Amino acid sequence: MSTDIVSEHRDDYGSKLGMWLFLFTEIFFFGGLLIVYAVYRSQYPLEFRAASLHLDTYIGALNTIILVTSSMCMSLATTALLKGNKIRSARLIAITVILAGAFLVNKYFEWDHKILLNLYPGSGFMINLSHGYVMFFGLYFFMTGLHALHILIGMVLLTVCFMRVRFGNVNKDKPMLLLNSTLYWHLVDLVWLFLFPLLYLIK
Amino acid sequence: MNTNLNNTLPNYLEHKGKYKGILGWIFSTDHKRIALLYLYSIITFFCVGMLLGVLMRLELFKPGQQFLTPQQYNAAFTIHGVIMVFLVVIPGLAAVFGNFLLPIHIGAKDVAFPKLNLLSWWIYLVGAVIAICTLVFGKGPPDTGWTFYAPYSTTSNTNVVMAVFAAFVLGFSSILTGINFIVTIHRMRAPGMGWFKMPLFTWSLYATSWIQILATPIIGITLLMVVAERWFRIGFFDPALGGDPILFQHLFWIYSHPAVYIMILPAMGVITEIIPTMSQKRVFGYKAIALSSLAIAFVGYLVWGHHMYTSGMSVTARWVFSLLTFIVAVPSAIKVFNWISTMYKGSIDMRPPMLYALSFMFLFMIGGLTGLVLGSLATDVHVHDTAFVVAHFHYIIFGGMGFAFFAAMHFWYPKIYGRMYNMKLAYWAWGILNVGFNLLYFPLFVIGLQGMPRRYFDYLPQFQLGHVLSSIGALVTATGIILMIYNFIRSARKGERAPANPWNGLTLEWMVPSPPPVENFVEIPVITEVPYNFK
Repeated sequence: MSTDIVSEHRDDYGSKLGMWLFLFTEIFFFGGLLIVYAVYRSQYPLEFRAASLHLDTYIGALNTIILVTSSMCMSLATTALLKGNKIRSARLIAITVILAGAFLVNKYFEWDHKILLNLYPGSGFMINLSHGYVMFFGLYFFMTGLHALHILIGMVLLTVCFMRVRFGNVNKDKPMLLLNSTLYWHLVDLVWLFLFPLLYLIK
Repeated sequence: MNTNLNNTLPNYLEHKGKYKGILGWIFSTDHKRIALLYLYSIITFFCVGMLLGVLMRLELFKPGQQFLTPQQYNAAFTIHGVIMVFLVVIPGLAAVFGNFLLPIHIGAKDVAFPKLNLLSWWIYLVGAVIAICTLVFGKGPPDTGWTFYAPYSTTSNTNVVMAVFAAFVLGFSSILTGINFIVTIHRMRAPGMGWFKMPLFTWSLYATSWIQILATPIIGITLLMVVAERWFRIGFFDPALGGDPILFQHLFWIYSHPAVYIMILPAMGVITEIIPTMSQKRVFGYKAIALSSLAIAFVGYLVWGHHMYTSGMSVTARWVFSLLTFIVAVPSAIKVFNWISTMYKGSIDMRPPMLYALSFMFLFMIGGLTGLVLGSLATDVHVHDTAFVVAHFHYIIFGGMGFAFFAAMHFWYPKIYGRMYNMKLAYWAWGILNVGFNLLYFPLFVIGLQGMPRRYFDYLPQFQLGHVLSSIGALVTATGIILMIYNFIRSARKGERAPANPWNGLTLEWMVPSPPPVENFVEIPVITEVPYNFK
């Protein structure tokens, strides 16, 4: 028997619904971490504040701008594709990937700097500090690390989008991969918009 | 609907797609084949878990050491728990019967995302392999118990990281299945099938899927924190580093209590399918059953604290959790009353599916009512961490979910394989299982009340009678299960050909041939009636 008895099924609304449900799980995933943050923040308010002063607000703000801009590029890429402008859409996706890379480079220098200053859990220097400091930097590395992992996954996803858009497999009539990737990218952006004030801007 | 019964499409067991042989199974996106992949993997892991359970029971036959060292005993109950909870009962009914029946029940050709469905199974398999690898690699299998309680899980020398990672990966599989089912139910119902015309098994899967989506991520992040804690000594949960072990318990139970409802809701759904069909009577209180599934899912999300009465919580938190625990018993009881009312004045057919369904109700009620003993503050302090808890848990999970699984196997077996199992063997296996099960777990209630702690390798001589009875029960239960599995394996080839509708059911799976054709329906049916409209 051949495979032609198996019919093609396509449901754009359904795939968007699925993506939204997946994003819910991501929110709960980071939400669990925010609970831990809230618990220890209330337990060690002074140490958290003092420890946060070691973070560089400028780099954080720069990274925020980079991410928000990249999110905007993704939205523009979607609109461009839906209007049939394949080349512009592909270019905008490429810009997004580059901005994501820039975010990670910044993050790398930031982490490197912290490690140079012995500000990481388990360092000889941290052992002598109160537990609130250790916890703050533990959470800092854990949260930003997990977020950076999401950025990396997003970069892979967007690179696939770029190729698909470039070669026309994702197009005006079949845009779901790009639309769902954009949703994912916005979520990654949104998570950062919570992490930035919680870690860098607390008073 | 006659076109669907007489269709000439090849059935899903014989259909040849892109690949041949075993590749045609492990790369198939047909929901029915994926269901069977889950079925075979789950039965395999169930047998491994059962073997470990029997080993533990034999070790406890007499006080003192028999053939397991204390460390091996600890590893045995940990791996038994990890395998049974994460590999068997959480995917269990939803992955096997959910996959097989959900699309057919709602009149669809497949789930919404067939490829994602296959991916879920592959992720499940990867997680399972990692879980099994803990036995071989590192410094021995984990000995923390399946709960991975901190701070012990952050300091134990055994291979905790790998076990925790396996649970994390399995969570992914569970989430993807949940997403798939919700989208399927929202988008793929046949024309005319409104929400309140869906079969009740579909309703229970819908509630289950929401719990899978909303609870699983919490355990994911918690387990990652345990890994981070072990690698970098951050001190999230280890009091020696200034962390809070109670916080771990909260995060763990925020998932793991709703997980109990991931296990039991589809079981209730199965029973709700079997009882009206085997009684040939319209289900009593359709809406009450449908909505009580959602109520259980919702309230079940808010009762996790009842695992922690003795761990240190404020008095207010304790009574709120206790109150909510009592409230969650209400929708469960609604279902039981509805099942019994459905049977009232029906023409009850006592063939194996119905027998298993009745066993389910009996065992589930013992499990549920002893759950209230544990849910009240004062009595819980007395029986906390005793064999009483073990007995309660197994009455719910094995007596509830396990027996519902057996009921489902006997009910849909003719549909899945197109052949009928040997009735005589099925009756025998049912009888042996029932005697064995009660002999295995009921004595644990008694010695638990008398003060036998759980997870202990050794015990005082005064508990020996209970332990001996329980160990004999374990062997009887295992015999019953082996007999049942033998019956299934043998009948898949040699059983009599089954008709399309052996139990006179009215839901859509009985309107297609046995085994169902690829893509289920030639013509998507149009639904005009409520389900279970027996005349």
